Amino acid sequence: MEIILSIAIGVMTSCGVWLILRPRTYQVVIGLSLLSYAVNLFIFGVGGVKTNVPPILNDSIATSSLADPVPQALVLTAIVIGFATTALFLVVLLASRGLTGTDHVDGRNDPR
Amino acid sequence: MIFRSFARGVSDDGNGLGRGRGLHIGVTLGPSILLFLLILPFAGSIASVCLLRTSSTALPSWIAGTVTLAAFLLTAASYPYVQEGQVLRFYLEWIPQLGLNFTLRLDGFAWLFAMLITGIGFLVVVYARYYMSEEDPVPRFFSFLLAFMGAMLGIVISGNVILLSVFWELTSIFSFLLISYWHNTAAARDGARMALTITGIGGFCLLIGLLLLGNIVGSYDLDKILESGDAIRNHSLYLPALIFILLGALTKSAQFPFHFWLPNAMAAPTPVSAFLHSATMVKAGVFLLARFWPALAGTSEWFWLVGLAGVITLLIGAYFAMFQQDLKGLLAYSTISHLGLITTLLSLGSPLATVAAIFHMLNHATFKASLFMAAGIIDHEAGTRDMRRLSGLFRFLPITGTLAMVASAAMAGVPLLNGFLSKEMFFAEAVETHADSILDRSLPYIATLASAFSVAYSVRFIHMVFFGPPPVDLPKEKPHEPPHWMRFPVEFLVVVCLIVGIAPAWSVGPFLHTAVVSVLDAETPEYSLSVWHGFNLPLMMSITAMLGGTALYFALRGYLARCDDGAPFFRRFKGQRIFERVLVEISWHWARLAEKRIGTRNLQPQMRWVVGTGFMAGLLPLWVSGFETRPFVFSGIDPAFAAIWFIGICLALGTAYLAKYHRLAALVALGGVGLIVCVTFIWLSAPDLAITQLLVEIVTTVLILLGLRWLPKRTEGMEEKITLQARVRRFRDLGLAVFCGIGMTFISYAVMTMPVPDAIANYFLENAYSQGGGRNVVNVILVDFRGFDTLGEISVLGVVALTVYALLRRFRPAPDSMEKPEQQRIQNRFDAERPERSEGDTVREYLLIPSVIMQWLFPVIVTFAVYIFMRGHDLPGGGFSAGLTLSIAFLLQYLAGGTRWAEDRIRILPLRWIGAGILTATATGIGAWAFGYPFLTSHFQYIELPLIGKMPAATALLFDLGVFSLVVGSTVLILVALAHQSIRINRLRAIEVEKAKEAA
Repeated sequence: MEIILSIAIGVMTSCGVWLILRPRTYQVVIGLSLLSYAVNLFIFGVGGVKTNVPPILNDSIATSSLADPVPQALVLTAIVIGFATTALFLVVLLASRGLTGTDHVDGRNDPR
Repeated sequence: MIFRSFARGVSDDGNGLGRGRGLHIGVTLGPSILLFLLILPFAGSIASVCLLRTSSTALPSWIAGTVTLAAFLLTAASYPYVQEGQVLRFYLEWIPQLGLNFTLRLDGFAWLFAMLITGIGFLVVVYARYYMSEEDPVPRFFSFLLAFMGAMLGIVISGNVILLSVFWELTSIFSFLLISYWHNTAAARDGARMALTITGIGGFCLLIGLLLLGNIVGSYDLDKILESGDAIRNHSLYLPALIFILLGALTKSAQFPFHFWLPNAMAAPTPVSAFLHSATMVKAGVFLLARFWPALAGTSEWFWLVGLAGVITLLIGAYFAMFQQDLKGLLAYSTISHLGLITTLLSLGSPLATVAAIFHMLNHATFKASLFMAAGIIDHEAGTRDMRRLSGLFRFLPITGTLAMVASAAMAGVPLLNGFLSKEMFFAEAVETHADSILDRSLPYIATLASAFSVAYSVRFIHMVFFGPPPVDLPKEKPHEPPHWMRFPVEFLVVVCLIVGIAPAWSVGPFLHTAVVSVLDAETPEYSLSVWHGFNLPLMMSITAMLGGTALYFALRGYLARCDDGAPFFRRFKGQRIFERVLVEISWHWARLAEKRIGTRNLQPQMRWVVGTGFMAGLLPLWVSGFETRPFVFSGIDPAFAAIWFIGICLALGTAYLAKYHRLAALVALGGVGLIVCVTFIWLSAPDLAITQLLVEIVTTVLILLGLRWLPKRTEGMEEKITLQARVRRFRDLGLAVFCGIGMTFISYAVMTMPVPDAIANYFLENAYSQGGGRNVVNVILVDFRGFDTLGEISVLGVVALTVYALLRRFRPAPDSMEKPEQQRIQNRFDAERPERSEGDTVREYLLIPSVIMQWLFPVIVTFAVYIFMRGHDLPGGGFSAGLTLSIAFLLQYLAGGTRWAEDRIRILPLRWIGAGILTATATGIGAWAFGYPFLTSHFQYIELPLIGKMPAATALLFDLGVFSLVVGSTVLILVALAHQSIRINRLRAIEVEKAKEAA
């Protein structure tokens, strides 16, 4: 379980980092989304990896064996805010493209 | 010690009242005078600000006059508390852990200065009432002036050195505002900026010095510092502390080599110069030197540093003053010189010299303030301050002329005037040997020479302005005496000069003694304040200076009447020029160089640095504390889980690969990764996250789809040949990406396989039901335990949505996106070719059946959103996911029928949803206050509802409602704003067409 999740986080990080280092704004936005998946999963994983014990209280499972709710609460808001920042980046990208006429991250195609 | 019992009397106030009410009222009233004295000017300043819009000049002047007079009377009334070495204190805890307390402390010396500040302040206000013209924004002037006075009083009566430094900075800031009062003139702006730069740097140094001093003594309390003079002087940090404190004091008092800001500050209105550059701002430096005299003086470092600065300033100030053509310039250099004299006296380390210094601070303030005001009257009446143009004004201004003559006689040190007395004391000290050295031995000659210069410029001031032929071609015709009340402050100060000069022991003696005792305490020397000390060496020096100075003036008269402004030879190097060159060098050339060398405006190198630094930051702790290898335990792999992540990894790689040329495919792949993340959440016991992830995935995809339309076409093969440089860059990026990925893999694996420490998780699990009334612990954490965090997060969400909205309001697409998209063109062509179809039919018919289903699903999804919301406290769901669900319901209507169709049927008003959401959430939090609980404390109980059954009714539900509303508003606002661009572009296109027509 853990090993798969770790590799998945690593691959998503790699892809995300690769993309945010690219020169096109769209690549950067997509890269940030991928990175946020990786980071969310990482934070989520800090609480330990457990199956079939969602942190919803019921009388049949002892509370101490439930999954850690704290990283989940952190990640839940992170997902929503991640959407908001993606939207912001996208709009900044569009505005910059409208102003400069190019989708290069520096606003011009020729590297200086 | 008397003040000790005082302090106790204040701090044990409660007990004191019980013991003897009558006795203690008198005692406890004392300290609060100090607080009142400090607040009064600031309150007046704020009152003046409130009058900014009125056109009346009288009202602000009356307020300022009343406030300053009241402050003066208050200070005068507190004299009984400071007599005979007593100290009045006021104490308020500020940050006691750091040794910072709001301590006010009034002793004799501070009292004398407070009298000077408030007294001259009052006279300046009276003077300014007539000086300021109708067009000037008078309330602003008085507001700044009063605030400055408050800050200055703060310096004088601070009992904590950090507090002192705060007020010190405030005087720099308010003096900046006062000097730049006529901010439409370049001279005022430059002068103010220079004054602020120099005194601001000085203030910073002072703070460092005071912190060092506090560190040496172990307390920032002024009393403690003054008591431990020996410990300070023997400490290894003494020299750095001394240097930093001196930098503060010398910059403020315009001592060499920082003297050049003062003449440039003369661009200020004359009342400001009269107040700041005679009695207050520049005196703060020498005040500080005298204040810390018991703690710092008496060493050879002190003697050399302070003495050299003082002597050089004394001499060059007087020398430069002789050659000034501007009246105020002359007075400014003269001020510099007199401050140099005071600094020299303080450097000597002898108690008698210190007495002379304190006395001269007083005398200089009185005659210099009156001279500045007289210069202002001359400027006001004649329209110029240039001495080459002024002449023979005595016939027009006989009274002002007489007053100016007496005041400049005091400045020159003529007997029977106050300036003479302190100058004699200075000569007497100059003759004495203190620390045998060249400086000490040459002091009598330097003193006499500087004094001769001072006589020369005083004579020049009077002779050039008031005598000689009548002036020709003055900017103002017919100068005449000013209104009586404008002259009153000058008259008053001149009378003070005379009284002090004729009967010093009787008039100023006791007050001076109080001040001297409070500085010198046991070291107070025997001194005599009398006019006549017999024929002695100081008198000879005075006479020499008097005769020499007069002769010097008459010798130079012809040259002075024509020469340029500034002393010969020296006028070429202006401190100002050097200052500006240094500023340009540092703030322009160096900055440019640094930017060129280490800066970049390109994003990619910056990102590389960010990623690289992040990688190192992750690696470094591991490197430092060492790796720990653990045997690899294979815990078994669920093949299904492995399989979905195999797909996930392929999709992630595909996203990275496709994002450049195949944006839509990349987006689909990204969505696939998102779905697999979502499945992972379900698998690993996080149903709430799975729901949220799924919903967010939907809105994100729609969002990016909406954005795709505005991006330029990019197809494979467009790119020209890949250069070697680009290839190297790619390999470097690939390396970085791979390293980061491997690092993250290792760290995540290590973290996940380590036993989870018993942190806060159990607390939440155990108390979620008993304290938060919910079974879904994640939701209880969000809306109850950590509600404040959630409030912050939804605020961020709202702010982002508004930013997106604002950015899109002025959005203009790039020219190549202006045309209709290719698909639409094909569809329209298809419509146009067939006579039975009209344009747009094909678009409308596209996916007709799904559209109808989407429209029908609207109520179902809304109900689902309500359901998710209601069950959120006990089962997976809650405000976030319900909000996303509802916004998807709205979104589907847009997708199904198009923007126009949807908006004809439902008006969503997302801004109101956002506002309502944040208000509901905040109001729920504030509601807890009404019941005496902290912000966001929640309350819950179960209520029985017919048909539905037992239902939790926690106030947290209300909070969650706020979250819900805000999430709906933000999501819809973002998406709708983006969708509207397609409608806007039609309008833009129409405008373009019209423009083209007009051009044709």
